[in-house]
Amino acid sequence: MTTAAPPYSTLKEPTRLRRLTAAPTAGPLAALALACTFFSLTTDQFLSGGNFSLIIQQVMVVGALAIGQTLIILTAGIDLSCGAVMAFGSIMIAKTAAEGSVPPLVAIALGLGVCAGFGLVNGLLVRLVPLPPFIVTLGMLNIAFALTHVYSNEQTITGLPRTLTFLGETFPLGHTDVTYGSVLTIALFLAFAYALGNTSWGQHVYALGNSPEAARLNGVRTGRLTIGVYAVAGLVYGIAALLLVSRTGVGDPQAGQTENLDSITAVVLGGTSLFGGRGTVLGSLIGALIVGVFRNGLQLMGVASIYQTLITGILVILAVTVDQLSRKRIR
Amino acid sequence: MSRLTRAAAPTAVRAAVGLTVAALVLTACGSGSKGSSSAAGSGSNDKIKVGLITKTDTNPFFVKMKDGAQKAATANNVDLVTAAGKFDGDNASQITAIENMTAAGVKGILITPSDSKAIVPAIAKARAKGVVVIALDSPTDPQSATDALFATDNLKAGELIGAYAKAAMAGKRAKIATLDLAPGVAVGQQRHDGFLKGFGISAGDKSIVCSQDTGGDQAKGQTAMENCLQKASDLNVVYTINEPAALGAYTALKAKGREKDVLIVSVDGGCTGTQAVKDGKIAATSQQYPLTMAEDGIKAVADYAKGGAKAAGYTDTGVTLITDKPQTGVDAKDTAYGLANCWG
Repeated sequence: MTTAAPPYSTLKEPTRLRRLTAAPTAGPLAALALACTFFSLTTDQFLSGGNFSLIIQQVMVVGALAIGQTLIILTAGIDLSCGAVMAFGSIMIAKTAAEGSVPPLVAIALGLGVCAGFGLVNGLLVRLVPLPPFIVTLGMLNIAFALTHVYSNEQTITGLPRTLTFLGETFPLGHTDVTYGSVLTIALFLAFAYALGNTSWGQHVYALGNSPEAARLNGVRTGRLTIGVYAVAGLVYGIAALLLVSRTGVGDPQAGQTENLDSITAVVLGGTSLFGGRGTVLGSLIGALIVGVFRNGLQLMGVASIYQTLITGILVILAVTVDQLSRKRIR
Repeated sequence: MSRLTRAAAPTAVRAAVGLTVAALVLTACGSGSKGSSSAAGSGSNDKIKVGLITKTDTNPFFVKMKDGAQKAATANNVDLVTAAGKFDGDNASQITAIENMTAAGVKGILITPSDSKAIVPAIAKARAKGVVVIALDSPTDPQSATDALFATDNLKAGELIGAYAKAAMAGKRAKIATLDLAPGVAVGQQRHDGFLKGFGISAGDKSIVCSQDTGGDQAKGQTAMENCLQKASDLNVVYTINEPAALGAYTALKAKGREKDVLIVSVDGGCTGTQAVKDGKIAATSQQYPLTMAEDGIKAVADYAKGGAKAAGYTDTGVTLITDKPQTGVDAKDTAYGLANCWG
């Protein structure tokens, strides 16, 4: 990270940059509030600390994945491999700790390292060959999926040491129990919100997504930046893998099959533009929470789960429509 | 750092802090209504709630199971809430459903576990909160992780078609293809093992000329059969994990003109599959009864909620061999019976 960022001749109006980084969260936040109000009125059980704590626990894995996904989408890329990479990381962590004689902390480090490695390879292929992110990560999705099943021998891994499941344990906050994993996820979101909003690295990521050529002409090392973003995203998927293991208490080779699209859903619902350069990680947290609130609320109402899928689909199309319309206005 | 970002940054951070505080406050201050949610099952006048969690929403087996549960729920005057995974093997969605149903104050949960081991910790948490949990269709690992199990004896289902195939092949040398489910899934393994047992052979026997996974899918069953025919064109017995796989195999055999001289046996007893037995596409199938599983499950939870005892142990919901070409020494019922009792 460099301290002296070059001046941005292309981004002269402060209001415009502010719009790029801050504004998109307003709409999703309103949608989330509206959904919460609706379910509070229609069900007795929705409005309770225990239930909110539950929703946060339920969205933390997709939420963590959505952080990495947001970084990549901000560079106008996409990552289809995040769920599969996470699954491999979770099996790596579970298997080395439960069946190998590896200390749990080393197992966790191995899992994080392997996930970061997948991200690094994605980044190198996107940048150096170069290949479209969609293709690279589609390939990596299959590679990570297959390796997960080969490495796990198709077996669910049980009997994990407590160090791996610690994040799934709770501590009391007021009258509610909150998991350590929820706190870690929220801390992760705050850290990345700060990094994107307050550092030159973050500004470079936005610049790269808006116009790689303009960013390059302004002295941003776009190649190194792109590869770094994919690697950091991979590392975050490793953290998601640990959250997943701690939540389910097992290493599950079937995990992660829909999480790639779920994370993209969260990012899109959070107001981040799929065309890059515009959006926030906090928006993605809100996006993940919207999906979680609907799933939880509809279940409390007794609505069958297929309608959650229906509603999620409608929300995604609405969110992209809003993005497209507002983008036209900015241009 | 440029002046521009500094202008934008505080907004983002302020939003971040605000959001976190809001989340924590909401989490912490919800204590008032927390009491009412835990009391919803017993204290209030609400009807007893029972949850049903299936592997998927789309497989006709589970659709029928849901129908049976709904009928039983109406008959027993309980409310049924349902949920399902997005695909077969989707453990995470099932965990989420267990948590949400427990939060909604259900008295009991009926579940067809997608992953027999991975679901166990979530079930333990629900049971610790006083929810009775009954596995339908397939057991958890260990089986004692749930209060009770209402399911088909899948080993027996396999044995029935194995014994049938052996009788039908009497005097001929069998060359068997097995179209299996997927590695590591108990149901598929039990049916496969049962078939071998019924046929009187053990794993690795040289009469098994081809084994392929189909995921229980018709298109994949067809591909698997095509590949098996390439490998061993003289095969004459096909074991299939379920009827979609069997129908896929039939399509592949028909394309080669082999549909008359190859014996296909299967498991499930869905209405499409039973009709295929009647049409002569499948020689015999072991019929299972998802409606019974769901009805018995709902009734068990309703009884428990009304002060009865908790259901326990394993209840075999039965399996019947269906064929129109019976073999001596193998008990079977005809397709008229099969179609009257089929599901889907």
